[in-house]
Amino acid sequence: MRITVTVDGIEYADDVEPRQLLVHYLRDKLGKVGTVVGCDTSNCGSCTVHLDGHSVKSCSVLAVQAHGSEVTTIEGLARDGKLHPVQQAFHDNHALQCGFCTPGMIMQSIDLLADNPDPDEAAVRHGLEGNLCRCTGYQNIVKAVRDAAHQMRPGAGPEVERVDEPHVSRTKSQISGGER
Amino acid sequence: MTATVEPEVGRSRLRKEDARLITGRTRWTDNLTLPGLLHVAFLRSTSAHARIASIDTSAAKTKPGVIAILTGADLAEEQGSLPCAWPITEDMKAPPAPSLAVDTVNFAGEAIAVVIARSKAEAHDALEVIDVDYDELPVVLDLATAIDDADLVHPDLGTNKSALWVFDSAEAGTGSDVEEAIAGAEVLIERTFRQQRLIPSFMEPRSVVVDPTGEQLTVWSSTQIPHILRLMLALTTNTPEHKIRVIAPDVGGGFGGKLQVTPEEVVCLLAAKRLGKPVKWTESRSESLVSAHHGRDQLQKLTLAARRDGTVTGLKVELLADMGAYLRLVTPGVPILGAFMFNAIYKFPAYRFACTNVFTNKTPTDAYRGAGRPEATFAIERLMDELAAELDMDPIAVREQNWIKNDEFPFTTVAGMTYDSGDYEAATARAKELFDYDGLRAEQQERRRRGDVVQLGIGTSTFTEMCGLAPSRVLGSLAYGAGGWEHAAIRMLPSGKVEVVTGSSPHGQGHETAWSQIVADQLGVPFDHIEVLHGDTQISPRGLDTYGSRSLTVGAMAVLKAGEKVIAKARKIAAHLMECAEDDLQFAGGQFTVRGTDKSTGITDVALAVFAAHDLPDGIEPSLDAEATFDPENFSFPHGTHLCATEVDTETGHVKIRKYVCVDDIGKVINPMIVDGQVHGGLAQGLAQALYEEAIHDETGTLTTGTFADYLVPSAVDLPSFVTDRTVSPSTTNALGVKGVGEAGTIASTPAVVNAVIDAVRHLGVRDIPMPCTPMRVWSAIQGASTAESGIRGEAGGGLGSIDTAGGSR
Repeated sequence: MRITVTVDGIEYADDVEPRQLLVHYLRDKLGKVGTVVGCDTSNCGSCTVHLDGHSVKSCSVLAVQAHGSEVTTIEGLARDGKLHPVQQAFHDNHALQCGFCTPGMIMQSIDLLADNPDPDEAAVRHGLEGNLCRCTGYQNIVKAVRDAAHQMRPGAGPEVERVDEPHVSRTKSQISGGER
Repeated sequence: MTATVEPEVGRSRLRKEDARLITGRTRWTDNLTLPGLLHVAFLRSTSAHARIASIDTSAAKTKPGVIAILTGADLAEEQGSLPCAWPITEDMKAPPAPSLAVDTVNFAGEAIAVVIARSKAEAHDALEVIDVDYDELPVVLDLATAIDDADLVHPDLGTNKSALWVFDSAEAGTGSDVEEAIAGAEVLIERTFRQQRLIPSFMEPRSVVVDPTGEQLTVWSSTQIPHILRLMLALTTNTPEHKIRVIAPDVGGGFGGKLQVTPEEVVCLLAAKRLGKPVKWTESRSESLVSAHHGRDQLQKLTLAARRDGTVTGLKVELLADMGAYLRLVTPGVPILGAFMFNAIYKFPAYRFACTNVFTNKTPTDAYRGAGRPEATFAIERLMDELAAELDMDPIAVREQNWIKNDEFPFTTVAGMTYDSGDYEAATARAKELFDYDGLRAEQQERRRRGDVVQLGIGTSTFTEMCGLAPSRVLGSLAYGAGGWEHAAIRMLPSGKVEVVTGSSPHGQGHETAWSQIVADQLGVPFDHIEVLHGDTQISPRGLDTYGSRSLTVGAMAVLKAGEKVIAKARKIAAHLMECAEDDLQFAGGQFTVRGTDKSTGITDVALAVFAAHDLPDGIEPSLDAEATFDPENFSFPHGTHLCATEVDTETGHVKIRKYVCVDDIGKVINPMIVDGQVHGGLAQGLAQALYEEAIHDETGTLTTGTFADYLVPSAVDLPSFVTDRTVSPSTTNALGVKGVGEAGTIASTPAVVNAVIDAVRHLGVRDIPMPCTPMRVWSAIQGASTAESGIRGEAGGGLGSIDTAGGSR
């Protein structure tokens, strides 16, 4: 099947197998290997990306479902050599060790801050429940997200990450896994 | 550079490693792709114990994209036997361990064939149509009955018992006879504890790429041990060692789980050789959970003898340790690493440890964070709480009565270990203060008095551990197959930049940052002018890699020694350049200064002069570069006091961590931020053993916790915030004064949590709850149901019941 999808600001048109998952399309076809696969049951969240401005587990979305959509990965966050505030906060707060869960964790954190710009500790923990980390015990991740929230007031992230609500489709078929 | 620059060591330097990891510019093994790369998929046994009657690959061979299919029979001649480097006794029984099963499978998940295809999807499609006929054999699963040898895992061995390893203080001359202590005891505490089976669950699934197209076979692997892997691949597959290069690129966690020479690494190497094409294998999570080695899994029978005043007089430890179906790299030695730690910080006069290693038809076990020491610490710290309860003493008071006092260091224990330094009084006092121990005890009394539905419990763990593996002579005396040294090299570049080569192989620990801090101070060069190189046998030719909290205490010491050699070389040349005697030079902040003058030259200037080599003393080679190998004289013995308060809902059995305080003493600290991170992560894993995680097999030997939906790695919601602090008793056995920290949190925390859970409900008649303390088990214990080993069975997902940080436990 032929799909057209914009990933990190660049439009791609590709033939994909109907069964191909979005994460494999990103990694294998586009070389977006910053997004990783950590499990096969949608539990770990390592593969989290943004689809039309909302976080999804890209192992739970078919590539064809992303047709016509805009995808942002960890590789598309930094702008003009400047880190996204959440990336910066992860660095500043030692919120990563091995770094494998980090791309997914950062993408999910941005999504959670878009919903709740000033989350308390419990809100951060609940917001990250679908993303597993084995190294940090989450303590510094929680700290980083709250630090980022302070750095990002009042908006949530760079321009491209802010999508006006009325124009965003949140239908289940389009963002399976990102439903709320 | 001036000498007044703030020292790097001791600063919370942000990590060099982060820049790539937070932007996705990563080099995980699975990211690699090579021209003509083929993909490997493994067919795994669905049976836990069976003869392979037949394997029909004919249909699979015709599937699209399939290049080759290899079975155990195809590789039988060349695959050798997977190595076990730790034959703990001379008469240890070890079965052959083929990478691909040839005629028998011994655990569900064992590899029996591989498909090599043009794409990963095509390889997996072909797996589906391979037809295997099994003749089922009796399945041996239960550790306690396996030793009766009614059914055998490996009939050729004639027994399920692999080895019996004994340490007896009377025989060793390090203490008296434990049987006499038991016979004369005023109080005996006898308990049987189960260390459930755990799965390391590193986040990055294992992955291997082998490229046979160069002069060397290049192996990329998500491994903790590139150097050991190179040697073992050479020996196992009969490939000349110099024809193998192993690279561990970015490695996404290990926790002991990647301290292994795996069947998949061997098979990928053989397949690449055979086909002459590069191949890649990356496991799925389900594949990882069933086939990567597991951890823990012991049955501990314990007898503690004491006087009525609380003084301990003897400790007898009888272990059964589950090896699983095969002995992997250090499988037999894992429980033995605990042999010297059951006595912990206490002055037992008599001690005996006997461990029987047992085969079962389950995934092999091996190192998992702490390896042997969490088991020991759990046992003794649980026992000390039981002793306190028996004598109606405060659990901390009974510990203090028995622990080694600060003025008694160095102290040689009943297990023959010499602890160099420690201050249990200071760590405990600080922990009690941060915890508000007295306040929480008062609240506990109050809740008991009014019969609150939610009861409060307080658990203590005053742990120590031995790490920094290890003095080579000690490893030799324990029959380990290698030494415990580490290697490093420092290269002074002409432009003044520095390359540090380390044999340690980090996979999240932050060595690049910490080693840079150490070298920056030592050589007086800026932190950012230092590059730390590792994880490639061609770049870092010698090393024994990263495990056992050894990197700083052994690996960084090698770096320090190499730095000393660089300075010594530079000193000669600086003296020559400034026309003075070497003894007249002092070195500080990167500058050689002639004493009593303001004449000086920088070490980087010397490096440039050496590069030019126009004017060197006679007989001096034009290089400042140096390498060093450090063999530690002793283990390091970090310690600490961990206090945990739990709220236990007596109606639902739900456990909430109310407060967790730990004060660790790991000697001097290079980077406090990294240390805190190590402790947080360690605590999370230890707490997960107490409350959530368990690998469970059904009666046929099938792993029922085979996904992350069933094996409960805790999420952010399941864990509390930890209060961490430190006391500092510098190690006296290394020049940095450091002790290991990687495993401390895991070793210490499990008993603190379980002690707290039991303390909350002890007044209701509960004196033990098997791990993990799931709501079902806690509730059943409160109801008085038998929750001994024969009680509530584990079940997949049984630990569900998150700690609700927002709204308490109800």
